[in-house]
Amino acid sequence: MAQRVTAVFSSIATLIVSFLNVQKVKNAGIQTLNISSWDAPFGITLVSDMFSAILVFTTSLIAFLCLLYSFKAIGEAREKYYYYPVFHFLLVGVNGAFTTGDIFNLFVFFEVMLMSSYVLLVLGGTKIQLRESIKYLLVNIISSALFVIAVAYLYSVVGTLNMAHISARISEVSTNGMPGILTVIAVLFLIVFGIKGAIFPLYFWMPGSYYAPPAPVLALFGALLTKVGVYSITRTYTLFFYHDRDFTFQLLSILAILSVVAGVIGAIAYWDVKKIIIYNIIVAIGVILYGVSVMNPTAITGSVYYLIHDMLIKAALFLLVGVIVAITGTSNLKQISGLITRYPGLGWTFFIAALSLAGIPPLSGFVGKLLIVQGGAAGESYIGAGLVLMSSLLVLFSVMKIFIHGFWGQTRFYKGEDKVPVKWLLISPVILVVMSALFGVGSESFLPYISQAAETLTDPRIYIEAVLKE
Amino acid sequence: MEILMAIVIGILFMTATYLMLSKSLLRIIVGTGLLSHGAHLLILTMGGLKRGSAPILGGNAENYTDPLPQALILTAIVISFGVTAFFLVLAYRSYQELGTDNVEEMRGTEQND
Repeated sequence: MAQRVTAVFSSIATLIVSFLNVQKVKNAGIQTLNISSWDAPFGITLVSDMFSAILVFTTSLIAFLCLLYSFKAIGEAREKYYYYPVFHFLLVGVNGAFTTGDIFNLFVFFEVMLMSSYVLLVLGGTKIQLRESIKYLLVNIISSALFVIAVAYLYSVVGTLNMAHISARISEVSTNGMPGILTVIAVLFLIVFGIKGAIFPLYFWMPGSYYAPPAPVLALFGALLTKVGVYSITRTYTLFFYHDRDFTFQLLSILAILSVVAGVIGAIAYWDVKKIIIYNIIVAIGVILYGVSVMNPTAITGSVYYLIHDMLIKAALFLLVGVIVAITGTSNLKQISGLITRYPGLGWTFFIAALSLAGIPPLSGFVGKLLIVQGGAAGESYIGAGLVLMSSLLVLFSVMKIFIHGFWGQTRFYKGEDKVPVKWLLISPVILVVMSALFGVGSESFLPYISQAAETLTDPRIYIEAVLKE
Repeated sequence: MEILMAIVIGILFMTATYLMLSKSLLRIIVGTGLLSHGAHLLILTMGGLKRGSAPILGGNAENYTDPLPQALILTAIVISFGVTAFFLVLAYRSYQELGTDNVEEMRGTEQND
């Protein structure tokens, strides 16, 4: 009980502070903090531009709601074995990774985040969790070693670790296009963050690993962990490696499109509610990175918007899937039917979340995808833009499959369903879906924030000047 | 000197990759150990191996070795130490629960595939 109270208070405090931080960045520009007053390239600098500020705010919001959900969903055994402390360590890692301005510090925050995710994944110790933790752990150890290697190469080329300083030095040596070694390092960074963020050939670990943990943990992973990888790709590609667009951005664009394709194939192939939503993460990552790879202001704005939308809606969908699995005791879609007659609230929330995921106009998925497609068309990348549009259809099909087969049809009764506190469990996903709807309907009032974030991404000089104070 | 180090690190990476592709879980863990050794030696090499005194002030040396890679390695070592300890305990626990250390037998979900 004491754990719960402390966790809720600290989460609310984080939420308020991160909201104030967004306002502060909005009014006063990029906020930087040199730890222990060492000047910028020499010490560790924390940088909060609008992109990271809104991501930290979204993270805090999702974390708070997952925490509320955990109270009734996670069970006493897990709570007793340090569930809440590990939960908060995960948030430390994610928020730190979003805010840091130092590439090695980013590695350390990745490790903080990953270490807590290992523990959250295995906590409980069922057979499937043990099996999948081994795979997840091995993949992440390899990608962390690659991260260290990439940082070592980058350090030997530019001789600094501060992100703004790296960017400044790379542009010094890239007057006539980026030197070959930096292109190699750019691809190495893409592989490293691609493993963390599950892009096309490197997503193989995700469907299995995300299948194992309980619903609130799964929602946290699905909403936050892969997005940190996406954030890092966006940050490094827009800040460091923007000189050689022909090769690196082309590669990013191809991989993003292939992720969309691989994701929708998985999403329509499975008859398992968890698997369907898991493959939808890969689709969303592809869409976001496609927007980044086009690299014009419209597409970047779209990507930032879609990133925030996707964090909200994926958390909501995983929490809803958690409720469905708790009621029916299975995630096999063929054994579920007729939920809508007995759980109308759950049904309609899921319906709105599904429409929002696919990008139906008044809801939040629409604006982001519209901007990405517009940006893609403006950048004359018609195949990519077309495939992103096509993917919406198949995404809609995959989630509607859950709705039609799971909620319509013959009403069934399931063993032990009356013990499930459905009302309490629905609080968090309903709030998330409402937030997501507001985010879509009120997109005009959010757009200033989003375009301020996109502005820093398209023009790295703003970031460099804010950090190095030249 | 850097070339020699690069070759040695390459051999470490090669061995690590080979071990991580094997079936026994313990071999995989040994592989991750070698991989992190390789990565740490790579930081040291990439920072430059030019001669200089140890980075302690008071030696009155003309020049010092680069202190930054050493700090990075120290950080990376403790992190990989923590992760390896966790991995070993996880392997022990899964050996107890699943009754196998062969990763080929750790497949699929409850129902099928």
